[in-house]
Amino acid sequence: MNSSLISLEVSVFAIGLVLMLADFFVPAERRRYICYAGIAALGFLLLINLSGNGNCDVTGTAFNGSYINDGLALFFKRFFIVAAILVLFIAAEFADKFSAGSVAEYYSLIVFALVGMLFAASANDFAMLFVSIELITITFYVLVSFQRSKIASLEAGVKYLILGALSSSFMIFGIALIWGTTGELNFTKLAAVAPQFETSKIFLLGVLLVLVGLGFKIAAFPFQIWAPDVYQGAPTPTTAFLAVGSKAAGFVLLLRVLFTAVPTVTMHWEKLLIVISAVTILYGNLCALPQRNLKRLLGYSSISHAGYLLLGVAALNASGESAILYYLAGYLFTTLAAFLVIALVLRHLDSDDVSGLAGLSKRSPLLAATMTISMVSLAGIPPMAGFFGKFLLLKSVVEAAKATHGHECAYYWLVGIALVGVVISIYYYFNVVRAIFWSKPAEELPAIQLSAPARVTAWACIAGIFWLGLFPNTVLNLAQQAVAVAVQ
Amino acid sequence: MSILTQIAGWPLLAALLLVVVPRNYRVIIRGIAILATLVSAVLAIKMFCQFMPGHDGYQFEQMIPWVDSLGISYHVGVDGINVGLILMGAIVGFAATLCSFEIQSREKEFYILLLVMIGGILAAFASLDLFFFYFMHELALVPTFIMIGIWGRGEKKNYATFQITVYLSIGALIALIGLIALYIQVGANTFDIPKIIEYAKANPLSVNAQHFIFPLLLFGFGILVSLWPFHSWAPLGYGVAPSPTSMLHAGVLKKFGLYGLIRIALPLMPQAAHSWMNILAWLCVGNILYVGWVAMRQKDLNLLIGNSSVAHMGFIFLGIASLNLIGISGAVLIMIAHGFLAALTFALTGFIYRQTGTLQMSELGGLCRRLPFIGTALLMAAMAGCGLPGFANFVGEATVFFGAWSVPTLHVVTVIALWGALVIGGVYMTRAIRTVLHGPLPEKWNTLNDANFWRKLPYALLLASLFVFGMWPRLLTEKINPDAAKIVASYQPMMAGSAPVSVVSKTGSTAGSAANEQLAIVNK
Repeated sequence: MNSSLISLEVSVFAIGLVLMLADFFVPAERRRYICYAGIAALGFLLLINLSGNGNCDVTGTAFNGSYINDGLALFFKRFFIVAAILVLFIAAEFADKFSAGSVAEYYSLIVFALVGMLFAASANDFAMLFVSIELITITFYVLVSFQRSKIASLEAGVKYLILGALSSSFMIFGIALIWGTTGELNFTKLAAVAPQFETSKIFLLGVLLVLVGLGFKIAAFPFQIWAPDVYQGAPTPTTAFLAVGSKAAGFVLLLRVLFTAVPTVTMHWEKLLIVISAVTILYGNLCALPQRNLKRLLGYSSISHAGYLLLGVAALNASGESAILYYLAGYLFTTLAAFLVIALVLRHLDSDDVSGLAGLSKRSPLLAATMTISMVSLAGIPPMAGFFGKFLLLKSVVEAAKATHGHECAYYWLVGIALVGVVISIYYYFNVVRAIFWSKPAEELPAIQLSAPARVTAWACIAGIFWLGLFPNTVLNLAQQAVAVAVQ
Repeated sequence: MSILTQIAGWPLLAALLLVVVPRNYRVIIRGIAILATLVSAVLAIKMFCQFMPGHDGYQFEQMIPWVDSLGISYHVGVDGINVGLILMGAIVGFAATLCSFEIQSREKEFYILLLVMIGGILAAFASLDLFFFYFMHELALVPTFIMIGIWGRGEKKNYATFQITVYLSIGALIALIGLIALYIQVGANTFDIPKIIEYAKANPLSVNAQHFIFPLLLFGFGILVSLWPFHSWAPLGYGVAPSPTSMLHAGVLKKFGLYGLIRIALPLMPQAAHSWMNILAWLCVGNILYVGWVAMRQKDLNLLIGNSSVAHMGFIFLGIASLNLIGISGAVLIMIAHGFLAALTFALTGFIYRQTGTLQMSELGGLCRRLPFIGTALLMAAMAGCGLPGFANFVGEATVFFGAWSVPTLHVVTVIALWGALVIGGVYMTRAIRTVLHGPLPEKWNTLNDANFWRKLPYALLLASLFVFGMWPRLLTEKINPDAAKIVASYQPMMAGSAPVSVVSKTGSTAGSAANEQLAIVNK
């Protein structure tokens, strides 16, 4: 047993505590610096992690194998820390919308959610999976309803709470069924005994119910109902973290369960995965078409992106999984760029309507460019990150079609549906771009003053989007190594 | 650095530069764009002159690995098939930039998009890597939609933008799936086109896989090239687009699909291509006859030209469908000739539209009196469009008909296509000329002014190119033939049985000289 493996999680947790306590000592007008201190501390941890010093990148297992630090876990931990840093930047800009006394609490909750995600990346046991998911979800109940004076925010919090609790109970029921039939909770051990239980209906129901819980996290059809409402009502930084962090945590757990814990069962479920992926893509894109509310539009678009990511799961091969990791990396910068702009531009308006972006190209060219690049990348157009990610996902599905026997048609239909989804999405993403450049604002609004950190964040997101689109080598290699370790 | 990288790189670099130029420096913005495309055109001419015909393999190659694990690299190079296309693209790009004076609002954005489009097209044609080939085309395609959506004219702007975006996105994505499937089925684990072709020679694709992938490429690329019945986006889109955009799209970008078929689909999937060719030949009758007939009924000059440009695509498809050396060479010739021609006609109608504010033929008339230069140029373009000898189009079309006629199963199609070219094309072109240029000049057009010296430059340049390649087609054929012969080499065994008189039954080099002889006859 090697407890030093969790030093990263412990350090992040300590940062969260310090941020919370700092509230008592920092005067109200300087609370913003609490956030920057948190960012600096997380950045320091990320640097240590990337440079390979300390214990952060030691691989191995701890706590009787329920915690694993491997390539996949490392990839996702870095991913989550980057996401949290960018979300904290957005939160610092958005802070004046919260009541003054609670700002530091908000920052520390983001960091606590990050701890949950870090544990999720390393979960190798159903107990660990459940605990980390609960840590993330319960923190998000608070984060979603944080704008206590706003009805929409409270409503979103209640919706998320009820549906989240429901899906958690499904999941815990599924875990109970799995444990009841096999007597194992550990993924590695379960993989060894799972083939014996392939015909046991109770065991299969258990796995299915766990997938229901994870499907809720990633907002896949038919567990996507909450997404648009919660995205719309929650404070923008929360929505951003929900879209990127929570979804990625769902995906890393999904990969672990499907490919480490019950690979033999997964191999029989390709049809189920294909159908879920296809329907999720269509549902998200079709519902996004008539949307005028920007956050709601991104909520539906995030459903469709969950569908694209599921392409890589349905492909059931290593290239599909590395494509998921790559796509998520691109999605991180793209989505956070969009939410940064939304947070900065719409924070002083009452509505989140797309028309709020009108005239943005004159009010702030940098934000207009950031939003445009983000939308173009989400639509999957070169040379942005989104194009290369979609290319990898589609490639993995075509590969699967070649390798499979008897399901070629299903896979090609899936590709076809993904293409239809992409074409639909071009339409609504370009509507946003059109609003930025070519619609006249109802009243003349003053130019937007950007703080230096906001500027840096915008440039970082733009750089990330172009870097992943133009120089995919580094991240793709990382993703492939991560998957090579996880999938034998 | 290869000269090809520079040809495509200057416009892209200039686009980046324009991002930081303040928007009220209009002259500087325009100057940078013109300079960059001029440099690119001059370099393309230099490259064309230095190209050694019949040289084995690709020339001016450059290769930079990009994603090692997938075998993607930045790889450019030219052979006889794309050398002319790059030259044409660079010259049309320069002419389109010169013609952009008609854009009066948001010039900065327009020139950035225009330069991205030009650089993207040139890089796509130069690319020898499957991924970059697609990537660069997509890079050039997206600005088209934006340009039509914003700077487009007329009431149908939004509908046309929507239609062209949906059609072309679907076409491009279908082609993308075809290309990915090709990469995976070939199994060479590289996106490098020469390596894939080399690998496929030793391990041919299974016929099943071919029959699955070929239609994806044929229809994916077909939609991009406005193959009948997927053509309806084209006339409307070109009618609405600002003229530099329609010049570049109709002239250059559209040829990407045809180039993709010749470069990728034909050499890799001979069996499938052979069995699909009859269908393709009949579809191209749709292009030539049906769309030609539609063109006859048009009342708007731009819609007429848009339809005629779709009809011209039929001749290129016919050349490809004949699957022999003469046919393929002819197809490449028309691709180049039509590039100059389409750019010229759309540039001229753009000039007329800017002066008169309408392109309804019933409102125009007698324009030759007020606009002698523009009118004469339009007359020449129309004549070139009907296939008058002396212009490059004639050489291409005649070659295609020779090629198609030598395939016995295509006799009927060839006869129909000839009718379409000579009669239908002649009717709508001369009719348009009569109503627009001749007859009484309506009062209201008495104030029109002809182009001044600088404005004349792009039209003169495009007309001169049409003349040069019409008078000395050997400049192109000597380059195209050796490489076209390599592509059709894999079809010889299949065609040998069905085409007794065909030149393709001879070996590649003699077939090349035979085609040259035939072209020499054509020239007289």
